[in-house]
Amino acid sequence: MRVRAQVAMVMNLDKCIGCHTCSVTCKQVWTNRPGTEYVWFNNVETKPGLGYPRTYEDNEKWKGGWTLNRRGKLELRAGGRIEKILKIFWNPNLPTIDDYYEPWTYDYQTLIDAPLSERDPVARPFSQLTGDRIEVKTGPNWDDNLAGAPEHAIDDPLLRGIEEQVRFAYEQAFMFYLPRICEHCLNPSCVASCPSGAMYKRVEDGIVLVDQHKCRGWRFCVSGCPYKKVYFNHRSGKAEKCTLCYPRIEQGQPTICSETCVGRIRYLGLVLYDADRVEEAASVPDEHDLLDAQMGVFLDPDDPEVQAAARADGIPDDWLEAARRSPVYTLAVRYRLALPLHPEYRTLPMVWYVPPLSPVVNALETDGYEADPDDLFPAIETLRIPVDYLANLLAAGDAEVIRTVLRRLAAMRAYMRKREVLDETDETLPASVGLTAHDLEAMYRLLAIAKYEERYVIPKAHGELASELMEQQGACGLDFDGGPGNCGAVQPRANERFMLKKTLPILGQSDA
Amino acid sequence: MSQRAELYVWLVLPYVSLSVFIVGHWWRYRRDQFGWTSRSTQLLESRLLAWGSTLFHYGALAVIGGHVVGILVPASVTGRFGISETTYHHLSGYAGGAAGIVCLAGFGILAFRRTKVRRIRATTSISDVIVFVLLGLLILLGDGQTLGYNVFGSGYDYRQTVGPWFRTLFYDPQPSLMSSAPIAYQVHAALPWLLYAVWPFSRLVHAWSYPLQYLGRPYILYRRRHPIPRRAGAQS
Repeated sequence: MRVRAQVAMVMNLDKCIGCHTCSVTCKQVWTNRPGTEYVWFNNVETKPGLGYPRTYEDNEKWKGGWTLNRRGKLELRAGGRIEKILKIFWNPNLPTIDDYYEPWTYDYQTLIDAPLSERDPVARPFSQLTGDRIEVKTGPNWDDNLAGAPEHAIDDPLLRGIEEQVRFAYEQAFMFYLPRICEHCLNPSCVASCPSGAMYKRVEDGIVLVDQHKCRGWRFCVSGCPYKKVYFNHRSGKAEKCTLCYPRIEQGQPTICSETCVGRIRYLGLVLYDADRVEEAASVPDEHDLLDAQMGVFLDPDDPEVQAAARADGIPDDWLEAARRSPVYTLAVRYRLALPLHPEYRTLPMVWYVPPLSPVVNALETDGYEADPDDLFPAIETLRIPVDYLANLLAAGDAEVIRTVLRRLAAMRAYMRKREVLDETDETLPASVGLTAHDLEAMYRLLAIAKYEERYVIPKAHGELASELMEQQGACGLDFDGGPGNCGAVQPRANERFMLKKTLPILGQSDA
Repeated sequence: MSQRAELYVWLVLPYVSLSVFIVGHWWRYRRDQFGWTSRSTQLLESRLLAWGSTLFHYGALAVIGGHVVGILVPASVTGRFGISETTYHHLSGYAGGAAGIVCLAGFGILAFRRTKVRRIRATTSISDVIVFVLLGLLILLGDGQTLGYNVFGSGYDYRQTVGPWFRTLFYDPQPSLMSSAPIAYQVHAALPWLLYAVWPFSRLVHAWSYPLQYLGRPYILYRRRHPIPRRAGAQS
C-alpha cells in the first residue's frame, strides 16, 4: 500500500442554476490573455447538448482516454508511444479552433470615436485570430439552455441508444447543467500522452499540472484528455490546463470557481488513495465495475491501519484529520451520492457529481394518478431527466447506480419534509435506502445547509516540507510574460517573440 | 572568387556560424525554456498541415540522412563496403531525388498555408519568415542539383570537393577545395551556415526536442514539492 492524498471535488448538480459565475471568475483569474481567449478551464454545459468543444464526449471519434486492448491490458486509445512519436508532425485527433469557436471581440473604440450621426454607432465583432471582421456563428456556450436543441442537441453523444426516450418538444424537454473543470484524474491520460514529460501529478495533493518550461507543444495531451480539458495556447505554443487554483489550495482556500459559486454546489476535500492499485482499478474488464474499482482504490481515513500507513508515507497529521472530515469522501464513499464523470474513460477522475433530481413528468398526473409527494420510489422512473441519460453521463450506462443515488436523495427530501412540515419522523424511509435517520439528517446538512466550513475542508500545504512550494517544482504556474501566476519572478520575454508581429491591429474607425 | 573571399565564405563563415549555433543554443536553453516549443499551429488549421507537415518532416529527415551519407562519409569508406561510384551515384540521384521531392512538396504546402491562410499568417514572426526563405532556397537548390546534375544531367561528383571541404573544416581546413564546384553547389554549401546561425533563435530549436525519451518512460509521472535540485533553465 502506498498512501497518497488527493484534493478532490464534488459538485451537486441538484443545485446548479447554470449562472456561469464559476466560468467567469475562473476566466478572469486564469485565461484572460492573448492565446487563451477560447480557453475555459471551467465551463458550464447544458445537458443534453454538444458540450465544449463540441461532441468532445464522443471518444470513438476523438480517441481520448484509455481503453483495454485485446489482451485486456490498459492502453491509450489514440495509440502507444511509438505511434505517437511517428504521428508527432500531425496529430490526427486534435480538435481545431472551429470545434471550440473563433475568439472575437468588438471594436469598442468606434462607440467613442464615431462622429455625430443619425444612428447610433455599432461596435462590430472582429476575430482575435486574424483581426478580420467576422460574423459570429458560434461561441463558448452557444447551446446554453437548450438553444437550438431541436436541431443540434440530437448530436449529443450521450443520446446514442436512448433517442426514443428523448424529445425536444417544449412540453417534454428536460435539461440540467454540468459545470466542468479538469478532473485531476488518478490515472491521467493527458500525462501519459505527453511526449515531453512536461505534465505531472503532484504527489502531495494529486493536482495535475503542465510544466510550462518543459512543454514543447507536441499537443498530444490535448487530444489524449477524454474531457478535452487541456488547451493549447495558440500564442505561446504550450499546453495549459485547470490548475485546481493550487496557489489557493496550498493556502487552504477553495478554488476560485468554488469560492464564487452562488449555488454553493461545490465541495472540496481530501481523499486518501492507494497509488499501487490505480492501474489495476483502471483495468477492470467490465465498464460497470469501474465505479466500485475506483472506490476500492480509496482508503478509509478512519481505519487505524490506513492512518499508520499514511504516516509512514509522509502524510502529515493535520492532513489525516482533514481527510476524516472530507465532504468529498463523505458524499462519494460514506453516502455514495456522488459519481465520477464518464468512468468509462478509465482515467479514474476525481471531480465527482451528485446527479440531479427533476420533476415527475406530467403524463402521470393526467392519467388520473395522484402523485404522493412522499412516495417517490416509483416516481424515480418517471423523472423528467431520463435515468438512462444520467447513467450515460455518470455511470458508464449503468442505470441502477443512478436509481440508487436518486432514491437516497428523494428519501432525504421526503424525510426532511415530513419532519419540518408535518412534524413526523418516518423511520421506515432511511432504512428503505440503506441509511439511518442520522445519515439523512447529515446529508441534509451537507447538501442543503451547505456551510462554508463543511463544504471546504482543505489543509494547508506544509511549508517545512517544501520551503518554496511552487518555485521548487521548477515552474511557477503560468508565470511568463503576461501570465497570471507570476510568483515574483518575471520571465524574460520569449526569444522568438521579440520578433513577433505587434498585437493584431484593432480596426480603425475610418472603416467602421 | 578571390582568395580572400574564398577564405571568408569557406572558412570564416562556417566558424562564425558554428560558434553562434553553439553559444546561441546554450544561451537560449538557459534563458528561454518557455519559448522553446514546436510552435504548432495545428489548432488553427489542420487539413493542409496534415499533408504539408507530414511530407515535409519525413522528407526532410530522409534528406538529412542522405546528406550524412553523402557529405560526412568519405567515398573511400562507401567504396570499402562495396558500393561503387556508379551505384552511389544512382542511389543518391534517385533516392535523394525522391526524398527531395517529398520534402519540397511538403514545404510547398506549408508555404502556401503560411502565406494564404489568414489565421496562420497572423501568427508568423520575422524569424519564421527568415527560416522559411532560407529553407525554401536550400530545398529548391538541392532538388535542382540532384535532378539537374545527377538524374538528368551528366553528374557532378561532390564527394571530391564539397564532402572533403566540409570534413576538413573540423581538423585541417582547405577552403580552396570549394573553388572548382559549380556555382549552384557553392550557394547550396554556403547558405546552410546562415540557417545554422539563425537556428537557435528560431522555432527550429524544437528539432532537438524530438521526444525519444518518451519511448522508455513510465506513462504517469509524479513530482514532489520537496526541495529538489534546481534544473538548468529553471527560473532563478
